[in-house]
Amino acid sequence: MHTTAFDHTVTLASRSDWSVLKPLLAQSVVQTLQMVLITIVIGGVLGLVLGVILYGTRPGNLFENRVVYRVLDILVNIVRPIPFIIFLAAMQPLTVKVVGTSIGTTAAIFPMCIMCTFATSRLVEQNLVPVDHGVIEAARSMGASKFTIIRTVLIPEALAPLILAYAFLFIGVLDMSAMAGYIGGGGLGNFAIAYGYQKFDQTVTWTAVIIMIVLVQVVQALANAIAKRLLRR
Amino acid sequence: MTQGNEPIIVFDHVVKEFTVRGAKKTMRAVDDVSLSIDEGDIFGIIGYSGAGKSTLVRMINALEQPTSGTVTVMGNDVSHMGEGRLRPVRQKIGMIFQQFNLFSQKTVAQNIAYPLKLDHWRKDYQDRRVKELLEFVGLAEHADKYPSQLSGGQKQRVGIARALATNPKILLADEATSALDPETTTEVLQLLERVNKQLGITIVLITHQMNVVQQIANRVAVMSSGKVVEQGSVYDVFAAPKQPVTKRFIATAMDGLPDPARIAVMREQWPGRLVTVVIRQRDIVDANGDVLVPASGQDISDLIAAHGIHSGLLYGGIDTVQDIAIGAVTYEFTGDPAKIDAFLDDLARGSDIVDFGTKDAPIDYDTAVARAHIADAPAPQGAQGTPTLADDLEMVEDVDDVVEMNPDTARKERD
Repeated sequence: MHTTAFDHTVTLASRSDWSVLKPLLAQSVVQTLQMVLITIVIGGVLGLVLGVILYGTRPGNLFENRVVYRVLDILVNIVRPIPFIIFLAAMQPLTVKVVGTSIGTTAAIFPMCIMCTFATSRLVEQNLVPVDHGVIEAARSMGASKFTIIRTVLIPEALAPLILAYAFLFIGVLDMSAMAGYIGGGGLGNFAIAYGYQKFDQTVTWTAVIIMIVLVQVVQALANAIAKRLLRR
Repeated sequence: MTQGNEPIIVFDHVVKEFTVRGAKKTMRAVDDVSLSIDEGDIFGIIGYSGAGKSTLVRMINALEQPTSGTVTVMGNDVSHMGEGRLRPVRQKIGMIFQQFNLFSQKTVAQNIAYPLKLDHWRKDYQDRRVKELLEFVGLAEHADKYPSQLSGGQKQRVGIARALATNPKILLADEATSALDPETTTEVLQLLERVNKQLGITIVLITHQMNVVQQIANRVAVMSSGKVVEQGSVYDVFAAPKQPVTKRFIATAMDGLPDPARIAVMREQWPGRLVTVVIRQRDIVDANGDVLVPASGQDISDLIAAHGIHSGLLYGGIDTVQDIAIGAVTYEFTGDPAKIDAFLDDLARGSDIVDFGTKDAPIDYDTAVARAHIADAPAPQGAQGTPTLADDLEMVEDVDDVVEMNPDTARKERD
């Protein structure tokens, strides 16, 4: 039988069969990475666009538009505070329409992308705000178009904090992915609940937790290193 | 400096209003300004913060649009052009800033190449141009550094190189030296002078520092509360300021005129006859060649020698404006009182003087200034046109209320 260090410290440990659990765990890791990466890519890109629109339409900025800004601002404020587990349930009808099913890993990705888009947009906006208006004015004075300024000045100037923001998002998305189990999705969260919590096996629960901690550490360390290299201020 | 007489920038009754956020009223930042800047000028625009000068200059490259009136730059009415059509015009107008506004995430070379990229230059041409510009501003060895690794003066030189990249005809300098120490300021001003003289680029220089205008500009406009209150050649404005705001600015650049406290101190130390003589190297003439204000203090050494007067130079300051001397000096004359009187009579014929009397027979400061002898000028209308020495001295005292100039408009402009 497989034993781990936890068996000696966790009193409620039961004898789960790791020969069965191992492939399940591997599958869960793959599912988690799948959900998280797809969400980060889709939600991250859409969130970047929405964040740039939020920033750009703020009063005094390149595309100043009070109405658009207010509407988007309120929309983001409405969606963001909804607990994801409730959002998951509330989105079900739309998920069925878009994905074709409301259960399983794929079905979880859709609401995750939506939530991630809104979360990203706010983070992007907040990290663009500190960019010095002076450099934008300088680029305008050289004849750069507004879109060129966003692409070649605004985002490059804010790149380091944006990368840190995406690392922060990774954690949020990982958190969301843990709730996929509620709608029949897989992943580490589901693994921890189904095979750990519900079977009173702390070892299983903590194995999932530790893998998630390691994932977060690796991503955060990577982001820190990139941001440090990029930051020229 | 004024090689071409063609106006390159023309403001015609330009008004710019901003709506004050929250309150339902408008603030007039630029109030009916008409101004023409000639090709080859180094044109200074001076005023306190909030006077509207930043807004005015931003209408030249259409970063701001006038509420009414037109701004014509190199023959284009930039006040009514779309962003797309403005692009080629903007590429012919470089701009430098108080805070340099360099791209912090790009190297020095990348900063300078940015406008060339916008203009779709071929990469090898870009590299050659960047190298050329780095050499022109004396930063060849810093090409691969980031702005944060440079000093303020170096940053501004990168800003200048970047602004010159696309061979502009006009360079706008928005308080370009205000964040620099005096020594670096001089360096940057010398570079701007080279830009003007060697490359023939017209420079529009906004500043609140009169000595900046004095050092390099040939023409100046003084702005106050959105209006241009005075303009002309820098020497004329310096030597014969008409508006109180202009006098205040000039007082900050010149320290030749003693204030009452200074006179009191001097009187304690030097008991002889204290006399301030205004120095103006040449006459100030109007457009018709008529003398508005004559030269002053040009024959003082000869007269001292001729009358055999014993003199001591106590206080003063002489500056050059457009290479012409201007200022004031204060002497103590000692010896036979009758001889001194005769000497002063002679001196007063060709100079503006203020006689403060001796320690034993002092003349009260205000009385002395009021009584000041103004050299016999063909000077016409007394009231507002010709400044008197009393005005000149007065302006020293005025410096204190500079801050109260326009408290309402003092904000907003640059946010």
